[in-house]
Amino acid sequence: MKARVFVTLKPGVLDPQGKAIHHALEGLGFGGVQDVRAGKLIELDLADGTSDDEIADMCRKLLANTVIENFRIERMAPA
Amino acid sequence: MKSAVIVFPGSNCDRDLKVAIEMVTGNAPEMVWHKDSELPAGIGLIAIPGGFSYGDYLRSGAMAARSPVMRAVAEAAGRGVPVLGVCNGFQVLTEAGLLPGALMRNAGLSFVSRPVQLTVENAQSLFTSRYRQGEDITIPVAHHDGNYQADAETLDRLEGEGRVAFRYAESVNGSARQIAGIINDAGNVLGMMPHPERAMEPAHGNEDGRRLFEGLLEAVA
Repeated sequence: MKARVFVTLKPGVLDPQGKAIHHALEGLGFGGVQDVRAGKLIELDLADGTSDDEIADMCRKLLANTVIENFRIERMAPA
Repeated sequence: MKSAVIVFPGSNCDRDLKVAIEMVTGNAPEMVWHKDSELPAGIGLIAIPGGFSYGDYLRSGAMAARSPVMRAVAEAAGRGVPVLGVCNGFQVLTEAGLLPGALMRNAGLSFVSRPVQLTVENAQSLFTSRYRQGEDITIPVAHHDGNYQADAETLDRLEGEGRVAFRYAESVNGSARQIAGIINDAGNVLGMMPHPERAMEPAHGNEDGRRLFEGLLEAVA
């Protein structure tokens, strides 16, 4: 089974990379972009039966820095 | 005094720290590889160097913080052994939970490499006793991820408890409250982005970093 972990900066945490992307989009002439926040997508290929709790534990211990980041787990449907 | 410098794949200031410690203590520190799970017995000082441990994969310091040697470092820190983390070493200490907060990409997005002016905010710590309270010193920085961030409550606590060791005299990287270095609640762990080991002798341009090592030696001798 596969799962995707989305790691995003917590609301209110300044995102310098998101700001730079925002400016670059404006430079390319894309108007109407209100804000940009950059994050990470991590795909995990897991043993069958891996629980949500175990994946959340991986997120808390390594994949996300919960001081500044939130995480969201999404299980992927088998191909 | 026995000391150790921790070496991760991608560390690049480990030998500078070794030279600085040896210059002040007269004894060469042991270089301890990240896969070692034990530190030398009777260790009196642990230094975590700058660099790009594990290529800064995932987050700066994230992989190093979970390496075998860091369990031994955390255990020694818990016993009161002084731990100094410089630059990437500071990032490793926050990722390991030995210091609060996190170091994010510089607000200006650029790598910053130049001497900066710091104010000594607490001259009574294990690490800063050779400085004067409020003294302005100059130490070089060289980092991309030095933007210190923590929630307001943590920042208030750090300031209230005298745990901000150094503050930038001007905004260098967007750090909250211009924090350049902090101390843990027990007072034996210091993390700082500027490189005191690069300001040790006249040939370096200035010697303001040297007193940090001298004060530390005095405290642990």
